Amino acid sequence: MTVFGIRLPGMSSLILWALLWEVVGHAGLTFFIPPLSEVFTTLFNVIGTPVFLKALSETGYAFAGGVLAAIVIGIPVGILMGKNRLIDEMLLPWVNIFLSAPLTALVPVLMVLFGFGMTSIIITTGLFAIWIIILNARAGVMQINRSMIEMARSFGATPLEAFFKIYFWAALPEILGGVRIGVIRAVKGVIIGQLLISIVGFGALFELYSSNFLMSHFWAVLIVLFALAFSISEFLAYLERRVAYYAAKR
Amino acid sequence: MAPQSAVSVRNVSKKYNDVEALRDLSLEFPRGQLTSLLGPSGCGKTTLLKIIAGLIPANSGEVEVNGIRVEGPGPDRAFVFQDFALLPWANVMRNVGFGLELRGIAKSEREAIAEKYISNVGLAGFERSFPHELSGGMRQRVGLARALAVDAQVLLLDEPFSAVDEQNRRKFQEDMLTLVQEERKTFIFVTHSIEEAVYVSDQIAVLLPRPSRVSEVIRPTSFRNKDAANIRRDPEYLDIVDRIWASLRNYVE
Amino acid sequence: MPRRSLILKLLSALIVFGAWEIAGRIPVSFAFPTFLESMQSLIVMTVDGTIFQAYAETLKPLVIGITISAFFGIGIGLWTGLSARFDWLFSPVFIVMQAAPLAALIPLLVMAYGIGLTSKVFVVCIMAMPVIVLNTSSAVRNTPASIKEMATSFLASDRDLILKIIIPAASPVIFSGLRLGISAGFIGAILAELKITPTGVGDIISYSRSIADYPSMYAAIFSIIALAVVFLNLLERLETFLFAGNNRGYASD
Repeated sequence: MTVFGIRLPGMSSLILWALLWEVVGHAGLTFFIPPLSEVFTTLFNVIGTPVFLKALSETGYAFAGGVLAAIVIGIPVGILMGKNRLIDEMLLPWVNIFLSAPLTALVPVLMVLFGFGMTSIIITTGLFAIWIIILNARAGVMQINRSMIEMARSFGATPLEAFFKIYFWAALPEILGGVRIGVIRAVKGVIIGQLLISIVGFGALFELYSSNFLMSHFWAVLIVLFALAFSISEFLAYLERRVAYYAAKR
Repeated sequence: MAPQSAVSVRNVSKKYNDVEALRDLSLEFPRGQLTSLLGPSGCGKTTLLKIIAGLIPANSGEVEVNGIRVEGPGPDRAFVFQDFALLPWANVMRNVGFGLELRGIAKSEREAIAEKYISNVGLAGFERSFPHELSGGMRQRVGLARALAVDAQVLLLDEPFSAVDEQNRRKFQEDMLTLVQEERKTFIFVTHSIEEAVYVSDQIAVLLPRPSRVSEVIRPTSFRNKDAANIRRDPEYLDIVDRIWASLRNYVE
Repeated sequence: MPRRSLILKLLSALIVFGAWEIAGRIPVSFAFPTFLESMQSLIVMTVDGTIFQAYAETLKPLVIGITISAFFGIGIGLWTGLSARFDWLFSPVFIVMQAAPLAALIPLLVMAYGIGLTSKVFVVCIMAMPVIVLNTSSAVRNTPASIKEMATSFLASDRDLILKIIIPAASPVIFSGLRLGISAGFIGAILAELKITPTGVGDIISYSRSIADYPSMYAAIFSIIALAVVFLNLLERLETFLFAGNNRGYASD
């Protein structure tokens, strides 16, 4: 939008919303919304405390573990599905099922199988991320121009060379797109996992703050979490745009 | 002497930010005839057509249709789009009658009119088909019927056959000649094909790019009344094609 | 060959359920019942009606939440898609909501609205709304420029433009946004039942886990996943059926 001929940057309206928050907070309309300034003061006090850092590192650990597993398993499975019709036909229905299934329902199963700990949270995170990564890697491989593969073969590329020099690169924009959506889902997965298995990470922290009615602490942690999630998704979108130039021209 | 003008373009200039698309362009379009705007890509011919249509405003200068200044789209002009611009969710009948629908004409009446033009363009029997079921050539016939149905005096055609295959294109060009004869309307026809322009036009305006200006206006004399099949063998036709190519070839990258 | 694909689907189902059965018989864990045991409890629960009562309870917040999200989500989406000002104001909020793990708001919602239906409806709404809003507004913004231009040239009013061009052109994407919203709503509804208060299917899951009746627990989870998948699949088929050809029919294909 433009005001007085000046183009306002895309996300600048968030400042307006922040001001509104501040006003609502000062007006004391509800106990649940403290002024934003108070939240930020709390934020700076909380951010260095061992409790917060422990929650952050536990969450980061579960998140990284889940995402790494989803990528390491997901991309090769997806490429394999794209290359082999039989494997594709056997696996695709399951991938589609789990893509749209409400995975929260599986968390209780993970809890009874793997205990109330980190393992269950990592698996939850991985489960949220992996299906879209598989599906995108598959789509990436399937759209590869046949003549590009034939070109590589006619110039004498071995299957392994073809895999690393053609398949991977040609499917890269789709693969990265899948990883981006997968990572966003993983952020949601790791939080959902921690809420249901609320003895570690931010889940435990939320439990602590809400049972003691520490509103500004609660919001401070939420803001950190939202900001982290948003930065991760924007960073991946940036990476995706870096390779998008050839996605359009293959 | 040239017949009376249906459309007059006077000293029109258009800038897109800092790029000058048209500079001080003037051109007369005779009533009841077909005028081609011919030129290399980027010479602003579509821009000029859309200014005449009232779809984009000019920075300076004026366009008059039948002596009335153009301020925006009007019922006196109808547009045929390069990419057909059909409604994918509407069948041929509704697409052809869409201009009439927007004018608030009752359904039974507009369907009767649409039906007539659908059969005029040779699509009788396809009234209930949807655009995705038609070939490119058939889709453009729908676009043409839609423009004819609103009965505007001036028809604006923006490279109407460029997305149509070669054989259909030739058929279209022949049909255009009959259409100009029968409909007694003023046609303004944008194309980048020299042969097409010379084949269908009463008057060819050759535009040169950056900034766009009219380099010459050619009015073929000898072959216009000949049989459609013999035009391409006429010496004057061949001469004009050669002459236009000679003046345009320097502008082709 | 539809036969081949069907056989392969059945085969792969057989392999997966077979593996489940074998893993349950070993057993890999005391908490891992066999496939047949789980299906048996599902049948028992179906026959005695427990499962239907549970679903009536579970679907209540889901249906209310989705209805609210659809109404406001499409409304706000249309609004932000049409007006640059509201786009600037509202879109960032929904973009952040879409990327953020909104589930973290649940403890707060419970504090504010208690453990009843209101909180659960809220959970469904915050999960479902962002994708509905963002899909609607981007669909509106991405209406093909050429058909908008066509409508303008045939004298469409702003109202015509919205009702006859923009909304029909956007409806496939709006519909798929709705489908994604429902998918997210399912996640929210189950999360609410597991986290806030065990009711409906969430109650069966929690209760049977606490008394170590694992077959019932697995059966309940199996049924809710199956229900969601089948329902979303039907919606997707409806979508393909309703909007067949809506995305085609342009010159570019």
